[in-house]
Amino acid sequence: MRGVARARIAVIAGAVALLELLTRAGVIDRLTMIPPSAMAAHLRIMLLQGELDAPMAETFTNISIAFVLSVLIGIAGGLVIHARRRIRRLVDPLLASYYAVPFFVFYPLLITIFGLNRWPLIFIGFGFGAAAMVIATLNGLDRVPHVLRKVARVHGLGRAEEVWRVTLPAAAPHLAAGLKLALAYAFIGVIAGEFILSGTGLGHAIAYAYDSFDNPTMYALMLLVVMLAIGLNVAIHLFEEHLVRRRWRT
Amino acid sequence: MADLRARLSGVSKVFGDGADAVHALGPVDLDLEAGEFIAVVGPSGCGKTTLLETIAGLTSPSGGHVTFEGAPVAGRVPRGIGVVFQEDASFPWLNVWDNIAFGLRREAIEAAEIRARVDYAISFMGLSAFARAYPAQLSGGMRQRVCIARTLVMRPRLILLDEPFGALDQQTRLLMGDELLRLWRETGATVFLITHAIDEAVMLADRVGVMSARPGRFIELIETGWPASRSSANVADAAFGRLTGHVWSRLRAEAMKALGRDSDIQAGA
Amino acid sequence: MSGPAARAPAEGRRLTDVALLALGLVAAWQALYATVGDVAITPPLATLINAGGLLGSPIFWRHAEATADAFAVSLVIAAVGGVAAGVGLGFHRFSGLVAEPILTALYTLPKVTLYPVVLMLFGLGIEAKIAFGVMHGIIPVILITLNAVRNIDPVHLKTARALNLTAFETATRVLAPAVTPEIFTGLRIGFSLTLLGVIIGEMFASQRGLGFLLMNGINTHDVRTMMAVILLIVVFAVAAGTLLLAADRRLHRGARELR
Repeated sequence: MRGVARARIAVIAGAVALLELLTRAGVIDRLTMIPPSAMAAHLRIMLLQGELDAPMAETFTNISIAFVLSVLIGIAGGLVIHARRRIRRLVDPLLASYYAVPFFVFYPLLITIFGLNRWPLIFIGFGFGAAAMVIATLNGLDRVPHVLRKVARVHGLGRAEEVWRVTLPAAAPHLAAGLKLALAYAFIGVIAGEFILSGTGLGHAIAYAYDSFDNPTMYALMLLVVMLAIGLNVAIHLFEEHLVRRRWRT
Repeated sequence: MADLRARLSGVSKVFGDGADAVHALGPVDLDLEAGEFIAVVGPSGCGKTTLLETIAGLTSPSGGHVTFEGAPVAGRVPRGIGVVFQEDASFPWLNVWDNIAFGLRREAIEAAEIRARVDYAISFMGLSAFARAYPAQLSGGMRQRVCIARTLVMRPRLILLDEPFGALDQQTRLLMGDELLRLWRETGATVFLITHAIDEAVMLADRVGVMSARPGRFIELIETGWPASRSSANVADAAFGRLTGHVWSRLRAEAMKALGRDSDIQAGA
Repeated sequence: MSGPAARAPAEGRRLTDVALLALGLVAAWQALYATVGDVAITPPLATLINAGGLLGSPIFWRHAEATADAFAVSLVIAAVGGVAAGVGLGFHRFSGLVAEPILTALYTLPKVTLYPVVLMLFGLGIEAKIAFGVMHGIIPVILITLNAVRNIDPVHLKTARALNLTAFETATRVLAPAVTPEIFTGLRIGFSLTLLGVIIGEMFASQRGLGFLLMNGINTHDVRTMMAVILLIVVFAVAAGTLLLAADRRLHRGARELR
C-alpha cells in the first residue's frame, strides 16, 4: 500500500508543480490564473487579517445546521419507513429517482419563499443530504441480522429499547456511510447555493471576487474551499478507520 | 406440576392462509421435565425451529397451547427461558465481556453482582483470554460460546438451543457437546436441543425425539438411559451404536420424504 | 402470505397510495401558495397552464435547445470518456488504486466554485457549459466503471481461458456482459449529474438556456416563468430518470438470472 500512497502524492504534487510552472512561465497568463504559490500566499494573508472569519463562520453554520437536520430527520424517516412495509413500497421508487431531479433548480424558488437569507441554503443542503441519510438508514436496517432481533426479544427488550440498544448499533456502519454522504452533500449544497445567489458566506465571496475581477482573492478562496473539501474527506476517513472499522472488521 | 418445566398440548403452526397455507408443524404434544436434557432430530423443513420458537414464545402457535412452569406462553419470551440460535448472534459492536453482560445490565442488579456473574461465565466457557476482544476477532466456535455465556449468565431454567453447532466442524462439535453437558450439570437447567446430527442427539440427551417430515410430529421419543456423568467418550459405547441405528431407522423414511419434496420444489413446482 | 393471487390487490393498493401521495403534494403546494402568495410561488393549476404556455412558445424552445445541445454533448463526452477511463483504471490495478481517492475527493468538491476557472479557460460560450456538464457527470461514471471492472469475478476469466476464447471474444462475450449492468448504473447517475451541471452553469454565466431562464425569473421577479420552467425540468428529469431506472433494473435482473 505504501507505493500507492507515494504515487498518489507524486501525482498531486506533480500536478501542482506543473501548474506553478505554467503560470510562472506565462504559458497561462496571469489574467487567467495565478500561480498556486501566490494563491496560498494570498490566502494566508487573508486568513491572518481575519477577512475570512465572517464568511467562514456563516458557511460553517449553514453547513452544520443542514447536516444535523439531514441526519436527524434522515434516521428518523428511515426508521419510520422501514417499520411499515406499505410506506416502504411507496417510498422506495421515489428514493431511487430522488437524485435524478436537479434539486438545485428549486433554489430560486426557495429564495422567493424564504427570502435571501440562510434558510434557502440550509434547505438545499438538507434536501441533498437527507435522502442519502434515509437510503443509508434503510440499507443499514435491512442488514440487521434477524437473529439479533430475536435475541432482543429473548431478553425482553421493549420496542424503543430494541431500536436504541440493538437495531441502531447493528446498523451503525451503514449509518456512518450515510453520515459521510450527508456531510459532503451539505457542504456542496450550501457553498454552491452561496455561489449562485447569496449575500454572505464563502461561496458568495468567490462569486463576488469573480465579478470584481479580483483574481488573487478569488483563487485564494477557491484554494480554501478545495482544502476544506480535502480536509473533510480525510477527517471522515479517519473517523471510519478508527471508530467503525475497528469493531466491525468482518 | 412442579416437576414439569414446560408442556405443549396439541401445538400446531400454519403459515399463510388459503391456497398458500403451509402446515409447518404439529399437532405436537410434549412434556419437558425439570432438569432433563432432550434432543430433537428431524429431516429438513420438518418444523424443528418453529417448535423451538413456539416454546420460547417467539412465535404463537396456530393451534394448541404452550405453558412454561404452569403459566401460558403467549407473545413474549417468559423470564427463565434462554435461547441459543443457529446463526451467530453476538453483537459485533460490543466486546465479549459487554456481550455477556448485555442482559444483566437491564435488570436492577448491582454492578458487583454483574461483574461476578460475567466473570464466572467467561471462565466457565473458557473465554478468559478473550474478554476484551470483539466478536469479529473470534472464530465461529468462540462466538457461539459467547452466545451461550450470554444465556448462561441470566440463570435460565429452560435453555433452548437451535442447532447451535451447525456451522462448526465435527471435532469442535464433539468438544462443544461436552461443554454443553458440563453446563447442564452445573446449572441443573432443562435443556432442549435441536440438531440434525443424530450422533450428537444420541450422545448428549436423556431423551431423543424423532420428528416426521413436514408437518412435523413426534414419531417416537427414545430414552437413552445415559448416566448424568456422560461425555463424548460414550461414542465408544455399544449402546451408542444401537441407539443411533434405531433413530436412523425411524428417521430415514422421513428424511427421504423431505428430500423428495425438496427436489419437487427445485424442479419448479 | 403472498403469491400471484395476492399481488394484484397489493399493486392496486400501491397505485392508490401513489395517487394519494401525489394529491397530498398538490394539496401541500396549494396550501403553501395560500400562505406565501403570488410574490413567491404560483399554485399548481396555474403553473401547469403556464408550463403549457411555455411549451407553445418559440422563445422557450430556443432556450431549451441551448440547454439540450450542451447537455447532449456533455453526456456523450462524460459517458465515453468516463467509461474509457474507468475501464483503464479498473484493469490497471495500480493506477486505479492511486486515482480512486483523488477522484472521490474531487467528487466532494463543490465544483460550482471552480466555474470561474472554466470560464476563463473556455470563454463564455457553449464550450464552457459542456465543460460544466462533463465536470459533474464524468467522475461517478469513472468511479463506478472502475469498481465494476476491478470486481470482475476471476472465475469469469478462468472460464474464458478454459473455453479457449480469444482476447476479443473474452472481452465482448464474457467481460462486457458482466460489467454492463453496473456501468449502466454509473451512466444513469452521470446522466442526472451532467444535466445538473449544465443547468447550474447556465444559472451562473449564460444568456441562454433553461438555467438562465430561472435566474432571469428571479431577477425580474417573474415567478410565473420561473416556476413553470422548474416544473418542466423536474418532469423531464423524473421521466428520464424513471426510464433509466427501469432499464437499470432490467439489466441487473438479467445479470442475476444468468448467474
